[in-house]
Amino acid sequence: MTSVTHEDPEVLTARSIVKSYGNSPALRGVSLSAARGDVLAITGPSGSGKSTLLLCLAGILRPDAGEVSFAGRRIDTESESVRSALRRREFGVLFQFGQLVPEMTAAENVGLPLLLSGVRRREAMTAARLWLDRFGVADLADQRPPEMSGGQAQRVAVARALVTEPEVLFADEPTGALDTFAGEQVLVQLTRVAREAGTTVLLVTHDAQVAAYADREVVIRDGVVEGDVVPASSSAGQHRMHT
Amino acid sequence: MSAGHVLLGLLANGQRHGYDLKRQYQRRFPSAKPLAAAQIYATLERLLRDGLVAAGATERAGGPDRTLFAVTRRGRAELDRWLSEVELPSEYVANLLAVKVTLALLIADQAVAADFLRCQREAHLTRMREQTRVKADPHADLLRVVAADYAINHLDADLRWIDSTLQRVGQLAKEIRP
Repeated sequence: MTSVTHEDPEVLTARSIVKSYGNSPALRGVSLSAARGDVLAITGPSGSGKSTLLLCLAGILRPDAGEVSFAGRRIDTESESVRSALRRREFGVLFQFGQLVPEMTAAENVGLPLLLSGVRRREAMTAARLWLDRFGVADLADQRPPEMSGGQAQRVAVARALVTEPEVLFADEPTGALDTFAGEQVLVQLTRVAREAGTTVLLVTHDAQVAAYADREVVIRDGVVEGDVVPASSSAGQHRMHT
Repeated sequence: MSAGHVLLGLLANGQRHGYDLKRQYQRRFPSAKPLAAAQIYATLERLLRDGLVAAGATERAGGPDRTLFAVTRRGRAELDRWLSEVELPSEYVANLLAVKVTLALLIADQAVAADFLRCQREAHLTRMREQTRVKADPHADLLRVVAADYAINHLDADLRWIDSTLQRVGQLAKEIRP
């Protein structure tokens, strides 16, 4: 079993998570915790189990064994409807691409999570435009995704993931489909806004350059935590190895 | 890097004294190791001897006398030649990390070599985060951003090598000590 500890108050905790797809084990006893405001990278090679871990932590997948807790409350045993409500209110989820509704304008896409949470349309659209502005894409408010570049669409998607001001943002390879410059812009803005808001970010990536935007890195290999690095402000960081 | 050519470049747009050259160097190459004053003056002496710069007037502004230097026609030609010269990638691979891994496998074992690689990975990642912070700073000037880009991409290349060598270290151990 692997274990990771963190000194700050925990917002999200996984204990001894096990998950298999048929006979193929994806996670073999992963434990980790994230404190409020952590920007945490989960890295590892393809097939290491990092995306499965993210889906378990976000309550999208139910682990075969182990526990997932959010704000001290166990969530993996909750019903799908409870977990779904949690994802709407407390979690933001961001994937590589293809998450915007192509028929809707940018403002409608960003306002959608608010509308689903019962916010009135007028307020939702005002908030959506505010969030588009924070990500430098206010001028795209009335455009639809097919009219946007990949980088613009992903910035709209980040605004949508954060519009409900979630406690935790789950991002799986959020810049994987973008060129270097577009990816940098998304990461700079995403981490800046998240840090300002105190949002915890879990960033799954195989790319060290993307992981470098995080404050902390958890390395997953073959379904177990191989290392947890909390770098000091200068020189070498602290390295915790797990076997 | 040729300090002489760098000084010729900094002098190309007008005459400067040694102290001013030191400041210009720090301004134009903010992420580079600073040039020591002694190195600047020794290089200027050599450029002067070779006729690539000429000494001009002496300035005194509340401190010691400072000689102004200017690029000669010959110096400018040499600078232009150097700027257009392609820098050939080195024929030999200088990789201190690989040397350490090989020696660790020779005198110790696979675990020692792998542990070194993991610790080295951590140090590289820490430096990469520092450079990423430089780049993400909205107030960073473009010269620093460009220097950080260079550092990040080189660190990334090393990290890829470290990861692949970690995968191969068992096989490498068998090959080095069958």
